[in-house]
Amino acid sequence: MLGLYLHRDSPVHAFPVGWKLAALAVAATGLFFVASPVAIGAALAGTLLLFALARLPLGAILGQIRPLLPVLVLLFAVQAAFVGWETGAATAGRLALLVLLASLVTLTTRASDMIDALERGLGWLRPLGVNAGKVSLMLALTIRLIPVLLDLVQEIRMAQRARGVERSALALLVPLLVKTMRMADHLSDALEARGYDPR
Amino acid sequence: MIELRNVRHRYGEREVLRGIDLTLAERRVAIVGSNGSGKSTLARLLNGLLLPDEGRVLVDGLDTRGDARAVRRKVGFVFQDPDVQIVYPTVAEDIAFGLKNLRLPRDEIARRVDAVMARFGLTEHRDWPAHRLSGGQKQLLAIASVLVLDPAYVVFDEPTTLLDLRNRRRIAGVIRNLPQTALLISHDLDLVAEAERVIVLDEGRVVADDAPAAAIANYVARMG
Ligand SMILES: Nc1ncnc2c1ncn2[C@@H]1O[C@H](COP(=O)(O)OP(=O)(O)OP(=O)(O)O)[C@@H](O)[C@H]1O
Ligand SMILES: [Mg+2]
Repeated sequence: MLGLYLHRDSPVHAFPVGWKLAALAVAATGLFFVASPVAIGAALAGTLLLFALARLPLGAILGQIRPLLPVLVLLFAVQAAFVGWETGAATAGRLALLVLLASLVTLTTRASDMIDALERGLGWLRPLGVNAGKVSLMLALTIRLIPVLLDLVQEIRMAQRARGVERSALALLVPLLVKTMRMADHLSDALEARGYDPR
Repeated sequence: MIELRNVRHRYGEREVLRGIDLTLAERRVAIVGSNGSGKSTLARLLNGLLLPDEGRVLVDGLDTRGDARAVRRKVGFVFQDPDVQIVYPTVAEDIAFGLKNLRLPRDEIARRVDAVMARFGLTEHRDWPAHRLSGGQKQLLAIASVLVLDPAYVVFDEPTTLLDLRNRRRIAGVIRNLPQTALLISHDLDLVAEAERVIVLDEGRVVADDAPAAAIANYVARMG
C-alpha cells in the first residue's frame, strides 16, 4: 500500500495534499458512526468513482484489496453467523472502504508531498518540542524501509530453510535484529554523509 | 588534496589504523587490502564520519576535526549497499534529500534533480519506489544522490561488490567518467587497475603505494 504513487493528470492528484489527508482522517472516523450497509455501499461506490476520476487502472484497486480478501470474507462470515448479515456486510464494507480510501490517497500523492504536508502541519507544535523535520524524515524512512525489511525477512527465512530450520520465531528474530541494527548504523552514516542535521 | 598525517584509529582497545601518512592528489586513487585491514575506517575518516584518535585529516587544508560540515560538502560518500543509503521512498525524492539539507530554493532543487536523473538514465523512473529498482539502478541512484551535491571528492567504499557483471561494468563506467577526484576502495582488481595510484593496506598500515601493476602484484603476493 505504501510508496506506490501512480502519476496521472487528474483532479484527485491535483487536490491539495493537506486536504486529502484531512478528508481521509474525517472519513475514517466518520465510518464508525455509519452502520447501514446501504450507506456503506453508497460510500464504496463513491470511492470507486473517485478511483475512476483519478484515472487509476482497475488493477490498482484490485491489488489493494486482494491481500485483504480472506480477512474480509472471514469477518463477514463470522459476523453474519453470530450477529446478522447486515452487521457482517457493514463491518467488511467498512474495512474495505478504509483500505481503499487510504490507498486512493497514497496512489495519488507523492510520498514527498505527504511528508512535506506533514512537516508544515506539525510546524506549530515546535514550541512543544516537536521537531517536524525529524518526524517527517522518520515517516519517509519508515515508508522506504518496509520493503527492505520484508526482503530481509525473506532472505533470512530462505537461508534458514536451506539449513533445515523451519518456521521458528526466535531463529528469525535474532538475525533480523542483528541485521537491522547494522543497517541502522549504516543508515545514520549515510544520513550524516548527505548533510542531514537534525535541529 | 587530501592529507592524512600520522593517523591512528582504534575501536575500543583494538588499533585498526596504525600511523597512516598519505597525501592524495591524484584524480584516481584506489585502496586495496584484506577484510578487516582498515579500508572502510580510513574512508570514514576522510569526510569526518569518524575522527582520528591521533593525527590529522585535512581536506583542501580543512581539518575534519574543525568544520565537519564544510568537509562533508567537499567529500561525497558512496557505500557498498545502496539499500542503506537510499532514505526516501522514491527516486527523485531521494536525490533531493541532500539538496534539501542544504536548504536550497525549491526551483534550484528541482533543476538539479532533473539534470542528474537525465545524466544517469533515471528520468523515466523518477517516481518509482526505490525498492522496485534493480541492484545496479539502486547503486546508480545512490551515486546520483551524492553527485547532485557537487562534491569535489567522491569516496567509493566497495561500490560494485553486490552487483552482477553487467551492472559492475556500468558503475565502473560511471566512475571512469567522473570529473571529480575519486577514491575507490574495492576488491575488484580490474576496477582497481584503472586507478593512477594504488595503496595496499595491511593490518592498519600502508604496505605498498605504487602504480597499479606493481601495487596489485604486491597485494596478490601477500594474499597468496
Ligand atoms: N564500529 C566498529 N566497532 C568496532 N570494531 C570495528 C568497527 N568497525 C570496524 N571494526 C573493526 O575494525 C577492523 C577494520 O574494519 P574496516 O571496516 O575498516 O575493514 P575493511 O578493510 O573495510 O574490511 P572489509 O574488506 O571487510 O570491508 C575490523 O577488524 C573490524 O571488525
Ligand atoms: Mg570495508
